[in-house]
Amino acid sequence: MNATERYGRLETHLRRRRDAGRSLLVPYVTAGISADWTDYLHAYADAGADAIEVGLPFSDPMLDGATIQEASHRALSSGTTTAGVLARLAGTPVAVPLAVMTYANIVFRHGAATFCDRLAQAGVAGLIVPDVPYDEVDELSTVATAAGVELVLLASPVTAPTRLRRIAERSRGFVYGVTVMGTTGERTGLSDSARALGTTLRGHGSRPVLLGFGISSPGQAALAAGSADGVVVASSLMREVLAGRGPREVAGTVAALRAGLDAG
Amino acid sequence: MELSRPGPDAVGTGRSRSVMADPGSTGRFGRFGGRYVPESLVPACEQLESGFRAAWADPAFRAGLARTLALHAGRPTPVTPALRLSAELGLTLLLKREDLTHTGSHKINNVLGQAMLAKRMGKTRLLAETGAGQHGVASATAAALLGLECVVYMGERDMRRQELNVFRMELLGATVVAVRNGSRTLKDACTEALRGWVTQVDEAHYCVGSVMGPHPYPWMVREFQRVVGEEARQQCAALLPQGRPDVVVACVGGGSNAAGTFAGFVDTDARLVGVEAAGGAAVSRGAPGVLHGYRSQVLQDEHGQILEAHSISAGLDYPGIGPEHAHLADIGRAEYPSVTDAEVVEAVLRLARTEGIVPALESAHALAWVLRAAGTPQLPTGCSVLVTLSGRGDKDGAQLVALRRDGARSGALRRDAAGTPR
Repeated sequence: MNATERYGRLETHLRRRRDAGRSLLVPYVTAGISADWTDYLHAYADAGADAIEVGLPFSDPMLDGATIQEASHRALSSGTTTAGVLARLAGTPVAVPLAVMTYANIVFRHGAATFCDRLAQAGVAGLIVPDVPYDEVDELSTVATAAGVELVLLASPVTAPTRLRRIAERSRGFVYGVTVMGTTGERTGLSDSARALGTTLRGHGSRPVLLGFGISSPGQAALAAGSADGVVVASSLMREVLAGRGPREVAGTVAALRAGLDAG
Repeated sequence: MELSRPGPDAVGTGRSRSVMADPGSTGRFGRFGGRYVPESLVPACEQLESGFRAAWADPAFRAGLARTLALHAGRPTPVTPALRLSAELGLTLLLKREDLTHTGSHKINNVLGQAMLAKRMGKTRLLAETGAGQHGVASATAAALLGLECVVYMGERDMRRQELNVFRMELLGATVVAVRNGSRTLKDACTEALRGWVTQVDEAHYCVGSVMGPHPYPWMVREFQRVVGEEARQQCAALLPQGRPDVVVACVGGGSNAAGTFAGFVDTDARLVGVEAAGGAAVSRGAPGVLHGYRSQVLQDEHGQILEAHSISAGLDYPGIGPEHAHLADIGRAEYPSVTDAEVVEAVLRLARTEGIVPALESAHALAWVLRAAGTPQLPTGCSVLVTLSGRGDKDGAQLVALRRDGARSGALRRDAAGTPR
């Protein structure tokens, strides 16, 4: 927040693009969903992604809807492991920063410090852990900072005002505004509470605010970007991936989202 | 018999201050517990915690709950001396008879507490997860009694295994939602119930079935089950010359009947033994982890993926254990051995034929450990043992019949085994 705070790689990148007048787009892919899953990263970056969220699959994804559950299940069934994913990422330089999204049990399995060090070694800039809320964040936040990993915090439509401010201050990389009271998944429209959340979070400083959960169409993305700095899009892309569409095809959808944001 | 009334507050009694006390606002039991939920569930957990604190400090709420437990659920339950089995084992065995409650298990203590709390908080719907169906049936029962809607999440595989309980829940007016994710069993039902709760926090209360889940559940459920231990303590004082048992034993899946039982004895010098299923032994075979909103010992692989538990009793088929149990194991106040399915079947038979009581497969885990340990330094001849018989075995009839048909892995269910101590 203050002038002396040094931003990490993810946040510096997002701020620069945002400050240049661009609405931010962060598409998602489940790691290990196919043999060529890292090709989606390059395709997304080429199609106008500003950063990419990489899902590290967990057996019991509490905050994910049917599409990402299916993707996680499929990735795990084909033998995907954290170590394997990070090794692949280490050997796959991508043109935009990556943020890993996973659950607490994966992070704490061999210690949060070890996990964050491994992320950093793999070149991952950010970390999103939806089942570690603000009150439980101290331990993870400390080791993430030490490892140079930006821990992105989430805020929901029912988060109390003072807590929203603390989350906005404590988050690194960006602030993740969850737009719906529900799991990840496609929905139509954008609620008033989602817009209000974006506006409130932006009022707490200059850190980029991205809205996610339920945003799938270019029109929705443009609408969300009206009250935030950008969007995270996951389920609609993963539905295509699950249907067997390849990196180039799904990148077409990313490009359409990009165009929607640029036009909005 | 006089209705047992909980003391004003266990927190105030010197020796129990640090063990099995109020875990405070963080919900920590040593390094376990906490509240690992998405931000969207944090306000609901906070509201529940303050609602429970207010209710639990309100004599009118507690009197109302005690009355409902007495008039509807049949409390207090007796402590029955198991005379013939005691003689065979060379010790004094007492059984706390939760199998005699309405709906047939200790689950009713917790659901009546939570349903009354939900109603007091203005909620109109109960959500519950269930494995074998016992907690689902209890929740449906409490919802019917209090005029609440009830939605029960149940793994599709469990629904097939427990058809009768699905019917019972529906008979009681509940909606049973089939969970088709993951292993399609209890752990997936828990995950799905949490997902469902996120979408309806305003009107719905998630009625967690054991001492698990995010704070305040492990503490709150233990407090609602405390009645088991407190009644038993008074009853033991009247039955045993030394006033309390040497050893207190209960089975542990999530661990709610054990938590309630232990809470009544934790400030005595009685040994506390929680018995897990060998295929679901979270304390001895798990590793620290985070599942369903809390940190505890969890069965998982080296990569952090949750493993399925495997047990003859669906009620113990859960890969975690209540965080307070993990803590009691940490500090050495309680121990958590495990028993095999074969030992469990044998224990069912032994109790049925010596005492005329058919215990639930879950409860038989506690007995199985007593049978194994009796006469060894673990349970020396002449000592006194209290076993919480958490539920009755009627629900397991079909499974026992199938085991006998298949020749029973231990041979224990063959007709020629009748009455023979093994």
